[in-house]
Amino acid sequence: MNLFTSMRAKLAVLCLAAALALSLAACGEQKAEQKAAEKPAVEAKPAETPAADKKLKVGFIYVSPVGDAGYSYAHHQGEKAVAALPYVEASYVESVPEGADSERVITNMARKDFDLVFATSFGYMDSTLKVAKEYPKTRFMHCSGFKTADNMNNYFGRMYQARYLTGMVAGMMTKKNILGYVAAFPIPEVIRGINAFTLGARSVNPQAQVRVVWTKTWYDPALEKDAAVSLLDVGADVIAQHQDSPGPQEAAQQRGVYSVGYNSDMSAFAPKSHLTAAVWNWAPLYVQTVEEVKNGAWKGNQAIWWGMDKGVVDIAPYGPMVPDEVKAKVEARRAELKAGTDTVFTGPIRDQAGKERYAAGQKAPDADLLGMTWFVEGVVGTTE
Amino acid sequence: MPALRVIKRDEPWKGGALVIVLGALAFSLGAGILMLAAQGKSPLQGAVVLWQGTFGNVFALEDALRKSVPIFLCSLGVAVAFRMQVWNIGAEGQFALGAIGATWAALSFPGLPAFLLLPLMFLAALVAGGLWALVPAWLRLRLKVNEIITTLMLNYIAILLLDFLVFGVWKDPTSFGFPMTPEFPRAALLGPIGGTRLHWGFAVCLAAGAGFWAFFRFTLLGYELKAGGEGARVARYAGLPYGFLVGFVMTVSGALAGLAGCVETSAVLGRLQPSLMAGYGYTAIVVAWLARLEPLPIALASFLLAVLRVGVENLQLEMQIPAAYGSIMEGLILLSVLAGQFFLTYRLGRREG
Repeated sequence: MNLFTSMRAKLAVLCLAAALALSLAACGEQKAEQKAAEKPAVEAKPAETPAADKKLKVGFIYVSPVGDAGYSYAHHQGEKAVAALPYVEASYVESVPEGADSERVITNMARKDFDLVFATSFGYMDSTLKVAKEYPKTRFMHCSGFKTADNMNNYFGRMYQARYLTGMVAGMMTKKNILGYVAAFPIPEVIRGINAFTLGARSVNPQAQVRVVWTKTWYDPALEKDAAVSLLDVGADVIAQHQDSPGPQEAAQQRGVYSVGYNSDMSAFAPKSHLTAAVWNWAPLYVQTVEEVKNGAWKGNQAIWWGMDKGVVDIAPYGPMVPDEVKAKVEARRAELKAGTDTVFTGPIRDQAGKERYAAGQKAPDADLLGMTWFVEGVVGTTE
Repeated sequence: MPALRVIKRDEPWKGGALVIVLGALAFSLGAGILMLAAQGKSPLQGAVVLWQGTFGNVFALEDALRKSVPIFLCSLGVAVAFRMQVWNIGAEGQFALGAIGATWAALSFPGLPAFLLLPLMFLAALVAGGLWALVPAWLRLRLKVNEIITTLMLNYIAILLLDFLVFGVWKDPTSFGFPMTPEFPRAALLGPIGGTRLHWGFAVCLAAGAGFWAFFRFTLLGYELKAGGEGARVARYAGLPYGFLVGFVMTVSGALAGLAGCVETSAVLGRLQPSLMAGYGYTAIVVAWLARLEPLPIALASFLLAVLRVGVENLQLEMQIPAAYGSIMEGLILLSVLAGQFFLTYRLGRREG
């Protein structure tokens, strides 16, 4: 026992000594740092004055970590394309909650004279608008919302086009005709995606039904996986998702069924089940926006909604289990969308109750799509 | 050979708490600097950027004060219950209920002038938060259900209730189906103090903190609460109304969290939406514990935590440090403070022989 206590004491002393040494070192280092840092700051000033070769400062704010293979990851890839431009200095803040925190982060960017700020999540909308009014010199791009100002645009991509194609793949690959869809929030963006997926699936397989489970979160790997399991339990043999983690993909692979990813190519997480994915490719839109700012061509009060024809959305490469005839059918439709022919939401389209919403040949206007709060025929679930 | 050994202190270490906190901060900062170096970032620049994004900048200080408001109020509430050893883990849900109460008042009486509407919102928030917390108190007293579990589970219910309201009956008809209430009328917004970015919620904090201190310092009830914390049997033996005390602390605790919800909704968001729930109720538990349930240390700890969170954002922006760095630093500080409290009851002495 004596030995034990003395050993414990020694350990404690050792820890204490280490802690002391560390903190002392830290203090010493810090003082040196502050002195050292003052110098370059003074020297840097004259270099900044010639405005001609001043770099464009572009900021990005993300709702989740950029390493999540999901939504923020996809935006971050777009940021990288922008950062590669010689005249741009890009930076980002990740994992910023929507609300008070986002307002602070956006304000901080505006105060630091950022020329352009991309606020990439829906919940940043009001914060962005608030800051945009306070800082008229900074230009703001808000993703997925609906408010604009003289120095603020909103932008998004027609992800439903890619959803439609993934729905076709799922519709042809299912054996039980039950497709599971793990979805985040019952808002138009998500509902539109589920509808497009369902229309795509039923265009090739009229027997297919899509079962929806809401998680009420964008990013929660464990919960997303649980939701996927609940769909597998009711017999779904393809799992699709409007979530930011690959959790549902993993759940599908564990049960030996197929899956459809979202945001980015998620095949690395479930190589045996990943059929394809509806993916974002923000680079073209981001690069063009930055170029517009650079050339002085950027205008506010715009609502930008690009589709597959401009390359903002697409589908990921097919998994090895997808047969050629399936690929051929989907590719034919993909070529149409790439050419700019968008008939995803062209009638006849019925809602869940069987009521005809769009007659044959009638195309749903964008305003309807942006405010969509009802499910098409073939979806099992509620929009609540 | 001289060596050290651990000795139990005969009496508490006077001023030891401060030494421990400062030591833990220094230790965490040092470890943080090493982490930066390990990532290949310049610790030199890191320290400077962190300084600029915190104490070296009036804006950052204002931001941190704003951010510390809900943490402080929730933490104060939690501390009231903890002082009586009633474990209220439900500040998050009580915060939500406060926001719901305030929103109800703002949406139901949009025509009222500010001097009537704001007090009504505060009252509704206090009542909603307090009643929500009274439920687990009742369950504990009547059915002997552990309040740790009930308060925690009521959090989920509260958040779902908030979701139900903003996705349903209170949804802004012009929001394209997005979950949020309409913006509050101007009279329902808690404005800024003078020309600063601080809002009047800050004054609410001062009042609540002073009230907390005075209550425990000067009132008989405050004294009874502390005594009641020793357990139901002790309390009954001393002739204290134990059941009443449990109900009282839970109500006050919930009302304070509800107050935070009201302030955050009215002063910061200007409407109710799901993103209001940022986990302040859970942060509050950590803060209260860190501050040993004392109001002034709670204020300091809330502020420091807020400063750290604000500063780390600047670190991310300027140096592309991952967001996880902030959480690691937070955990490090917390752990080293708690571990350091070992030295409040023990000391190191020279070993004879």
